[in-house]
Amino acid sequence: MTLLELRDLAVTYRGETGDVPAVRGVSLGLEAGEALGVAGESGSGKSTLAMSLLRLLPRNASVSGEILLDGEDVLTMSWGRLRAVRWASASLVFQGAQHALNPVRRIGDQIAEPLRVHGMATGAEARRRVTELLEQVGLPAWRARGYPHELSGGQRQRVMIAMALACSPRLIVADEPTTALDVMIQAQVLSLIRSLIAEHGIGLIMISHDLSVLASTCDRLAVMYAGRVVESGPSREVFTGGRHPYSRALAEAFPTVGDPASRMAPKGLGGDPPDPAHLPTGCSFHPRCPVSLVSCASEPVELRVAGDGTGAPHTAACVHVSEESR
Amino acid sequence: MTLLEARDVRVEFASRGRRARAVDGVNLAVGEGEIVALVGESGCGKTTLARTLLGLERPTSGSVHYGGVPLAYSSRALRAHRREVQLVLQDPTGSLNPRHTVYEAVAEGPRIHRLPGEGDLVASALSRAGLRPPERFFDRHPHELSGGQRQRVVIAGALALEPRVLVADEPVASLDASVRGEILALLLRLRAELGLSALVVTHDLGLAWNIADRVAVMYLGRIVESGPVERILTSPSHPYTQALLSVLPESRSPVVLGGEPPDPTRIPAGCRFHPRCQVLASGAAAEAGVDGLCASGELPVLPSSAGSQVACHHAEARSARHEAEPETERL
Amino acid sequence: MSTTARTRRRAALTRFRRQYARQRAGLYGVAILLVAVLAALLAPLLTDPSGMDVTRATGARMAPPSMDFPLGTDESGRSVALMLLWGARVSLLIGFMSALLSMVIGTVFGIAAGHFRGWVAAVLMRVTDWFLVLPALVLAMVLAAILGGSPFTIILAIGVTSWASTARLIRAQTLAVEARPYIERSRALGAGHWHVMTRHVLPNVAPLVLANTTLMVASAIVTESTLAFLGAGSGQVSWGTMLRGSYDWGAATSGAWWYVLPPGLCIIAVVLAFTLCGRALETVLNPRLRGAS
Repeated sequence: MTLLELRDLAVTYRGETGDVPAVRGVSLGLEAGEALGVAGESGSGKSTLAMSLLRLLPRNASVSGEILLDGEDVLTMSWGRLRAVRWASASLVFQGAQHALNPVRRIGDQIAEPLRVHGMATGAEARRRVTELLEQVGLPAWRARGYPHELSGGQRQRVMIAMALACSPRLIVADEPTTALDVMIQAQVLSLIRSLIAEHGIGLIMISHDLSVLASTCDRLAVMYAGRVVESGPSREVFTGGRHPYSRALAEAFPTVGDPASRMAPKGLGGDPPDPAHLPTGCSFHPRCPVSLVSCASEPVELRVAGDGTGAPHTAACVHVSEESR
Repeated sequence: MTLLEARDVRVEFASRGRRARAVDGVNLAVGEGEIVALVGESGCGKTTLARTLLGLERPTSGSVHYGGVPLAYSSRALRAHRREVQLVLQDPTGSLNPRHTVYEAVAEGPRIHRLPGEGDLVASALSRAGLRPPERFFDRHPHELSGGQRQRVVIAGALALEPRVLVADEPVASLDASVRGEILALLLRLRAELGLSALVVTHDLGLAWNIADRVAVMYLGRIVESGPVERILTSPSHPYTQALLSVLPESRSPVVLGGEPPDPTRIPAGCRFHPRCQVLASGAAAEAGVDGLCASGELPVLPSSAGSQVACHHAEARSARHEAEPETERL
Repeated sequence: MSTTARTRRRAALTRFRRQYARQRAGLYGVAILLVAVLAALLAPLLTDPSGMDVTRATGARMAPPSMDFPLGTDESGRSVALMLLWGARVSLLIGFMSALLSMVIGTVFGIAAGHFRGWVAAVLMRVTDWFLVLPALVLAMVLAAILGGSPFTIILAIGVTSWASTARLIRAQTLAVEARPYIERSRALGAGHWHVMTRHVLPNVAPLVLANTTLMVASAIVTESTLAFLGAGSGQVSWGTMLRGSYDWGAATSGAWWYVLPPGLCIIAVVLAFTLCGRALETVLNPRLRGAS
């Protein structure tokens, strides 16, 4: 059975000055042991999407659609059930590891907290589990007695991952887990995440604005723009042969070192990321699109089949897709 | 011609009772119209070095030269230095006073230096930074702008003083991916139009590949390898540069360095990279007979010349052998 | 350019007014203050100051309220209502001026102590700490005694002894502002200490200063009354000296409530009004409090 399935998920923030649509109809699926990368920049709704998966959105957000976790809808779940689901079946890794840890509590206690809250382990048993978790993320067991300020940024992010693993969840949602980290530490954390998915058959949703990082970690990619998925498909295909102009722009934004085409030629998109409160008509991307047609300004484009139909499904929401593939 | 230069600069701080050698002997030069990338991990001293070149930090020893003249630290000399060398910070949101309009933010430099024709300076700086027409942005506040526009305002603020060198500390690290290329392209265009030199401090090798002529790789207060970007980033000689390049997402065989992050209060003896060096760990250094040197032999401070150079015992041993038996190596 | 700046400023003022209007307690405070200030300002126009002269007092001694003397008379036969009006002038003047003085000293010390590093900051902070732990009331009494009794000396005595906590507060805010990257940018642009302190730090701490000053006026009025009650008066009739007089003449024990209650209630009302205004200003102007509400 599919581990996680989103059906036409939409999130709107109700504000004083009007409604702001952050996520506008997203459908995605994730199998156990699979890693899905969600790419997008500010205003794309990717973080809202992550928070909505565990109903962690602020009060002024209204959510519609379905979020099926093991076939059960998270949105209609009772509070008691939701509490059990949080941490135990699905957990989150945030980007700001330095702020997500309590500075005055020992690391071991913080990792053991979800175990105690869910009554899964107490006392010596919890301590044993903490040691095991720290080893899994590559930290020595004596760190459990330390405090967050004694750790480097990468080590803190490892502690966050250990916390997320504490209750052996089946799904991990990682929101920009490596953004604030150096390249070397980023590589350490990414390889840790990869090995954990492979060993434990955990489903992973990783969110980032860096398409190259996602492509190297995830099996599939979904590119979001202005609250919608504009392209989704196997990582390699989307990263190296993106069919949506926005995916191509994101892929080019982080150049391959050694590629003569990008030497002294940084590539970017004109214009600014979309403001969810004032979305353009038609295809939301058309004001920044290098290949837009006149019709793009008025007619919205739905996802279309973009792959050759033989491999894994690949879709993109661009008028040029049908022209080329048919 | 060399414009801005650090000569054997050392900067030390007191850190929890211990001396931290943030910059521990660095020669670095930025030529006229040249873009140099200073690459390294956080804590390697690259930001301290940049601040020293701006005159915001005073070196413990060594000196900063501008146009061949050593920088004096009188307030008058510093003011003159500020007109020539300008700063662009990482976080454009924090770099702008939220209470000031775009006009006030860009006019701050000309007002401090009492330059005539403030309005024209502001307008031309804004349009050079790609905010056109400039009048449309005058009365905006930072919170009304996008991240990319804010960074353009910061760059315009620096340009208003008509400097010759920009020191940019992670200029695109906090910007959206699609905007990143535009800001980098702006730096290239400013170089083409105004002959503006730049020292770009970053941890992002892709950025160096995108815009820099020369790259200097810094580790624990020293530059360990420097030279033309094409050379250093495609065939690096220093194991640290090799490791940095190997962990880029596209790479096939990543060399993930273990060990604790480097600590400037405890700089290892010998080659400062040796405790984490993968070449030493693999035994390749022992094979070349330099493993003893790695652990104890002090390496010289690299000169600031433009060619490629590397501070590594193993690389030296290899190139020495290269010269001795060129035929076999070439095969 | 300047016209748009002006409209922007006007818009900001309107926004401030609208936000302040939501603070009901703050509006009550403003209303009470308006009455008090108007009464104090209009006193010379409405009344004859000759009634304040002990030698020319017309009423009986310690007479209860009547048609001629709505709040009775004091021990010399002066109208308590008249004294209350004229006393408001002195009390409010001393309150405002000493708060202003205290605020100026506190802001200068606070910004300087937050801006400069090293020994300058250390010296400034030690001086501040010294004033903080000093028993301010005793110091003020000594100062008032040495300098002699006049409103000016009382203002000086209160102002010089009450600025230390303001300085602490402003220093904390200055440190927060100085940590922002735009200060670094300004330095790199060539800004000196003066530029950074006046263009970046001062506008950022100004709202805090304003709110704090309002609260300070309240405590200055109380201090003035206390000083007057303890005998270190300004030599002119204020609410504090009236209380002192009522005590000296045993007004409370002899049942002359009209002599005790009016000045006491006036002090409470004005202090409360300033506190209400100060708290409302704090809520509106302090972004941290605004975010929380």
